[in-house]
Amino acid sequence: MAALRRILLIAYTALLFAFIFAPIVSTIVFSFNADRFPSLPWGGFSLQWYAAIFNDATIQRGLVNSLIVAGVTCVIATFLGFSAAYIDYRYRFLGKSVYLALAALPPTVPVVILGVALLTFEGRIGLSGTLTGIIVGHVVLSTPFAMALVRMRLADLDPDIERAAWNLGATPWATMFGVIVPFCLPAIFAAIFLTAAVSFDEFMIAWFVSGVNETLPVRVLAMLQGQVSPRINAIGAIVFAVSITLIVFAQVLLGSIAGRAARRKG
Amino acid sequence: MSEPLPLPDTASEPARAASSRWANRARYAVFWGAPPALWQAAFFLVPLCFLIAMTFWSVRNFRLAPDSTLANWTFILTAGFFRNAYVYTFWLSALTALIASLAAFPAAYTLAYKVSPATRRLMIFMLVVPFFTSYPVRIYSTQIFFSPQGIINTVLVPLGLGPLQVLNTPTGTVVGYLVLTLPLVVLLQTFALSNVPRILIEAAHNLGCGRFRTIWQVIIPSARIGLIVAGTFAFVLAFGDYVAPTYLGGSKPPTLSILIADQVKSGNNWPRASVVAATMILTLMMVMLVMIALAYGRRKGRG
Repeated sequence: MAALRRILLIAYTALLFAFIFAPIVSTIVFSFNADRFPSLPWGGFSLQWYAAIFNDATIQRGLVNSLIVAGVTCVIATFLGFSAAYIDYRYRFLGKSVYLALAALPPTVPVVILGVALLTFEGRIGLSGTLTGIIVGHVVLSTPFAMALVRMRLADLDPDIERAAWNLGATPWATMFGVIVPFCLPAIFAAIFLTAAVSFDEFMIAWFVSGVNETLPVRVLAMLQGQVSPRINAIGAIVFAVSITLIVFAQVLLGSIAGRAARRKG
Repeated sequence: MSEPLPLPDTASEPARAASSRWANRARYAVFWGAPPALWQAAFFLVPLCFLIAMTFWSVRNFRLAPDSTLANWTFILTAGFFRNAYVYTFWLSALTALIASLAAFPAAYTLAYKVSPATRRLMIFMLVVPFFTSYPVRIYSTQIFFSPQGIINTVLVPLGLGPLQVLNTPTGTVVGYLVLTLPLVVLLQTFALSNVPRILIEAAHNLGCGRFRTIWQVIIPSARIGLIVAGTFAFVLAFGDYVAPTYLGGSKPPTLSILIADQVKSGNNWPRASVVAATMILTLMMVMLVMIALAYGRRKGRG
């Protein structure tokens, strides 16, 4: 009876995972399908949809824009996230909770609202319609993720180590680059990968702000409005490959941290 | 500030050195502390405040003009289309939070208690992936699944069960919301259940408490905060989502996010879009406050 219950529970969980992952798997499978309409039975292997998107100038431009935006965003967001996490770790001061809320809250605001707010605001300061305008918004959105990852790592570093280094005459800068940064390095790289993934997949802020400088997800959104197109599967497969690679890198780095922490505790 | 104590100074020379060291440390703190605060203030807080300010602006001859009119508020709040969209969005998001919480629970229970730690780690690892993986593409794929010639109907129709009409209905929207929210809800619930002290569950079993009663009277009350947080996140995500109601729900009836996008993209009436956005922000703040009260409030005389 207990065994049956266990099997039922595991079967249910498998079904739920199937619901969650079916869209991802089918996109990849049908991106290689020769038929125009993605349906069963499978119409044979073909790379024609990949050929079609590589010959599409708007998609190429979108991909290049996305890579630029993600590349710049991940560096700035990781720096800001690291700084905020370090401030939280190192200092106590009046208004700290406000400081942390300001740094951490953006992901709880719906992106449609962030998008409108940034569009109206950036229109005033001449940033709307530029890649810089998109980067600014993506940094706002992804900094909290970087902050969370670095803060998790810093939780394992005894604050007395830094205090001891300062009291022994090391300058704060020497301690930062000799102790803190090396200790946080796995989390910093994880943050770079994760924030790049957040930016690479973000479509709502980019959709409002981008103007003619479409990123790839904005192009996808525009294509969704048209006919069923197997080219979306091909783009989707590429986009999935990029973001899943970034996430797996981030998780492997974090996994090594978590594993070490668990071993130390256990 | 929990600054380390400076070394004791006896002469004026070391005192000067100490004061310059203090200045260095202040500069150092500002170097790390200021950039995140300035960036989020300039590009998060200010735009949101600007959005609120803009709800009082007016549009004359298709041009925005700073103003202090309540016309946008009265127009939107009295408009029937807004009220319908508001009720519809709220109701569908609440329904999604409920369905996602219920559907996720057995899976979270399984991951927390019925599989090996290695399997649990792998599954958690997998659940993080969709959250950072192109949502519009996943919605496109879901659209294909449910389309009239799609996979689901190819299977169901020969069995005499179809055709299933999901696209361009509220059901389609909810399916899309679930694609968005389920991974996160399963993840948060799994964390919540994993944190329930095992000793409580074992004690319940030893005292002859049945499985369902253990879930109902021991596990759910102990994991209450995490479960409520998971449901709240589902609501917040669904409430603000634009993609599912547009591409699976067919925009009819429109949700609040669709109203905003329409007002901005085609209507070009930013002040009215800002009013809709402001009502969404207020609603989400209220919902979060209520949920926090529920999560951390009185414990029904237990304990």
